[in-house]
Amino acid sequence: MSNASAGAAGKTRKKPIVRPMSPHLQVWRWHVTMLGSILHRASGVALYVGAFAIVGWLAALAAGPAVYAQFLVCASSPLGLLIWFGLSAAAFYHLASGLRHLLWDTGAGLSPKTASTLSTLSIWFAVIATVAFWAALFASGKVVL
Amino acid sequence: MVELTLPRNSKVKKGKVWKAAAGAKSVKTFKIYRYDPEAGGNPRWDTYEVDTTRHGPMLLDALIHIKNEIDPTLTFRRSCREGICGSCAMNIDGRNTLACTKGWEECGSGDITISPLPHMPVVKDLVPDLGLFYEQYASIEPFLQTETPAPDKERLQSPKEREKLDGLYECILCACCSTSCPSYWWNQEKYLGPAALLQAYRWLADSRDEATGKRLDDLEDPFKLYRCHTIMNCAQVCPKGLNPAKAIAEIKKMLAKRAV
Repeated sequence: MSNASAGAAGKTRKKPIVRPMSPHLQVWRWHVTMLGSILHRASGVALYVGAFAIVGWLAALAAGPAVYAQFLVCASSPLGLLIWFGLSAAAFYHLASGLRHLLWDTGAGLSPKTASTLSTLSIWFAVIATVAFWAALFASGKVVL
Repeated sequence: MVELTLPRNSKVKKGKVWKAAAGAKSVKTFKIYRYDPEAGGNPRWDTYEVDTTRHGPMLLDALIHIKNEIDPTLTFRRSCREGICGSCAMNIDGRNTLACTKGWEECGSGDITISPLPHMPVVKDLVPDLGLFYEQYASIEPFLQTETPAPDKERLQSPKEREKLDGLYECILCACCSTSCPSYWWNQEKYLGPAALLQAYRWLADSRDEATGKRLDDLEDPFKLYRCHTIMNCAQVCPKGLNPAKAIAEIKKMLAKRAV
């Protein structure tokens, strides 16, 4: 009896409304400042992981000539060079973007137009600096593919 | 929490297509987000082919035309039709803005996509639930607070002091900025969002307000204020041309100055 009445009450009780979430990234038209921000985060994460590669380099150096030679073989392999290339690009972008954030933290450069220009410049700086850095490395003859 | 895709009940399905009447002269296609809580099911994209010679220049004119002439079930908020009430804030062509001040000819040459303000619970069609947004506004105590006894006349302000409120007092709380911000998308229960923070600064910058210290104490929080990562979407989309990012930077400066 009591079960039946509880069941009836349960039927009349309204289900809580679960509203759908409106689309966000699915409809958003990207802007360069938004791209600059996510690149800052991504390059920061890459550099965090990259720090382990640098520590590995130093550890190999400390471990003696044989280990160091083995490290150099890995580091100068095509995959190794690709990782260093990515890390250098991340470092150059994070540097330029970090300066952009430093300026913004003083309250300057925050008009939409200036902010867009600063973000575009950071990305171009990273591209040009990375290409120049690797062109110089290859030109020196110390790094070969 | 960062969730790049929509939950399963929110994925937008294909909807109906409303063809333009035969003999329509200049046809523009509007892709509009539809959700009916009574029918249940997932939201959908309805496509309306509209004869643009039959409605006015603004997106709101087109929406009203669709509701009056094509599909009376289309639901949206609107009131003043002159960019001061903030009711018709929605995502148009990938950016948040007011339908009443956005011309349809300003949008790209392709189809125009219209959806509710992003990453919000949808009540119906283009109407989002702004309850949390208003609670956050209330939480910054948006009123003058004083300790000194009330003067005989009003509390005076020099023209210079009054100037500091320019670019702040004009906010109409349409929520375009807050719902444009990825930080607000991922952490809206904890981060106040650009609109509430611009309003917080409006009272911090007011020479007559005497609760500056208390206001700053309330904002000194890893989430409430510091989730702003200067993504700048807020300033890009503000239909009143205000700059919440700048206001937030000024609050951060006030906190830094207080600490040193």
